[in-house]
Amino acid sequence: MPELTNKIKEVARNLLQQKKVDLVIGFERGTMPSYSTPCFVRQDEEVDRLIWDSFCENNLAKYLVKRSEKVAIVAKGCDVRAVVELIKENQIRRDQVVIIGIPCQGMVDRRMVESALERKEIREVKEKHGELIIEGDDFKEVLNRDEFLYPSCKTCTHRNPVIYDVLVGDAITELDTDSYLDVEQFEALPAEERGEYLSKEFSKCIRCYACRNACPLCYCQECFVDSSKPQWIGKTTDASDTAIFHIMRAFHLAGRCVDCGACERACPMGVDIRKLNRKLVRDVKEWFGYEAGLSLEQVAPLSTFKPGDTEEFMLNP
Amino acid sequence: MKAKIIKKKDILDRLINGYEVFAPVERDGLILFETIGSGSEALLGYQSSKMPPKGILFPQSETLFSYSSTKDTANIGVPPGLEKPRLIFGIRPCDAMSFRLLDKVFDGECKDPYYINRRATTVVVSVGCTTSRASCFCTAVGGGPFSAEGSDLLLIDIGDEYVVQIVSDKGARLLEERGFEDAGEDKLALVPEVIKAAEASMEPGVEIYGLKEKLDNRFDDPIWQQLTEKCLGCGVCTYLCPTCYCFDIVDEVVGSGGERIRIWDSCQFPLFTLQASGVNPRPTVRERFRQRIMHKFSYFVDVYDQIGCVGCGRCVTECPVNLDIRQVLNSIAQLEVVK
Repeated sequence: MPELTNKIKEVARNLLQQKKVDLVIGFERGTMPSYSTPCFVRQDEEVDRLIWDSFCENNLAKYLVKRSEKVAIVAKGCDVRAVVELIKENQIRRDQVVIIGIPCQGMVDRRMVESALERKEIREVKEKHGELIIEGDDFKEVLNRDEFLYPSCKTCTHRNPVIYDVLVGDAITELDTDSYLDVEQFEALPAEERGEYLSKEFSKCIRCYACRNACPLCYCQECFVDSSKPQWIGKTTDASDTAIFHIMRAFHLAGRCVDCGACERACPMGVDIRKLNRKLVRDVKEWFGYEAGLSLEQVAPLSTFKPGDTEEFMLNP
Repeated sequence: MKAKIIKKKDILDRLINGYEVFAPVERDGLILFETIGSGSEALLGYQSSKMPPKGILFPQSETLFSYSSTKDTANIGVPPGLEKPRLIFGIRPCDAMSFRLLDKVFDGECKDPYYINRRATTVVVSVGCTTSRASCFCTAVGGGPFSAEGSDLLLIDIGDEYVVQIVSDKGARLLEERGFEDAGEDKLALVPEVIKAAEASMEPGVEIYGLKEKLDNRFDDPIWQQLTEKCLGCGVCTYLCPTCYCFDIVDEVVGSGGERIRIWDSCQFPLFTLQASGVNPRPTVRERFRQRIMHKFSYFVDVYDQIGCVGCGRCVTECPVNLDIRQVLNSIAQLEVVK
């Protein structure tokens, strides 16, 4: 995607030269094939580090919290939704951030590619016309990138940035509405099977908190798992403690999660973290007609109160 | 070289009896070291396991003792020892080398009986690497694709068979007991080529020479801010590191009894150095990531005269933001020493 890369550089250079921002947060080439990595650019001469490709998988909105300078952010559809939530939650001011919006074609799931190549070591990846040309020591494979997108990209219905200051690239056709088929199928299982599935997933967790730390909306000054007074949960990999971590985190993100998938991408152990998040995303959409991060004006349903709200969940004798 | 020979398909079945065997297996798409019931469960051609094997010797959570009390008595319960001796099959030389480093920590000046007992009853059978990954850098930190450090036996892949290099008495006794055949001259002659080819394929991408002096010299350099700006502060690099050994001790209390448990801790977490006063001497990822580098490449060298990293590359491939330790080290190495 060299044209997008060039446009991003041009926009970033202008913003820095005209002193409209102090910092541009984007992506640069990573140290391994199929890795791109967050990049912080403060000088015009560093602008050429910026790139755009199918591996710009991190949600850069994470880096906006607790910043004092004026920042431009290179943002995919999901990154922009996270920025919207952060603005609504007063974590960053709208006038402090310049959104360089990118209509996103979805990001490639590196682990899915590795698995399709039977873990043969990848030495080089090139992209051309929607194809990934992958070379190793004794092989060359051409894969269709659209077949290797992250699960969250496959169900994404907001690939185009919902707000932006500069749009780089042409708007693209959105996918049909998300049917939440995965959530429905999971809900249809008997309770024991759902419990077993989640227990099995959480048993893989090593409590490294990469999910939490990669999540743009996990910005609590003190996470409940780190509190020692009171200590809400144990710190070992005990199954119930680990489950509580994931369940509480999911609930804390209810109505706020933009389903960007950053948590799952960060997880080294392949835990199906989005299972709970998506259930709550779907419920909030169904019950309150609200999807997080779509507009600055819409009131977040779980942060507001109306005297006429039904309250049967509070006491139901 | 003292060596035996064995067909690949036979090796585990010949070794498994009498041991609790840990071997690389694939579970839900992850390659992990787990106990196996038969040789066929093991994955022989893997490159690197997701989790390092350190958890076999130094578990993520481990009960040190339990306690209970009544009005007049207090009881201490010690966890039972291992039922069977253990055999770790098929770890990579970098991971075997990590045991050497863990030995220095847990079986050095301070003796940790939990670790020492496990280590003493464990046989380590490593398998040399005929190919390298783009993330491998063992040769830059004193290891190599066929390094035998930390192993009792080292397997060298020559096609359908392994040449089994005897590294320790423990390894020699096991082979004698299981009646492995001596490797003939024809088989041994194949070994140097295999090793040479593997070493030639290594591109570690990092240079350690002279690094320690610069690290010690540049502790307060602004470069740490730039290098760590993208760090998320999670525990992936430390928990997936075969040589990170820092731990915390917690009490899990129920009523008047409980358990004292040792758990892995990570210098990347703010709680690691948060003091009771509320002061945190390592308040941001800058200080915390620097600590990880300093510990491995300076402090460990001061105390044990060896680098505390084996170059397995897990932190390189698994960091959610590709904060590559090699790039960090190279950036420091490029600095001049300030007098």
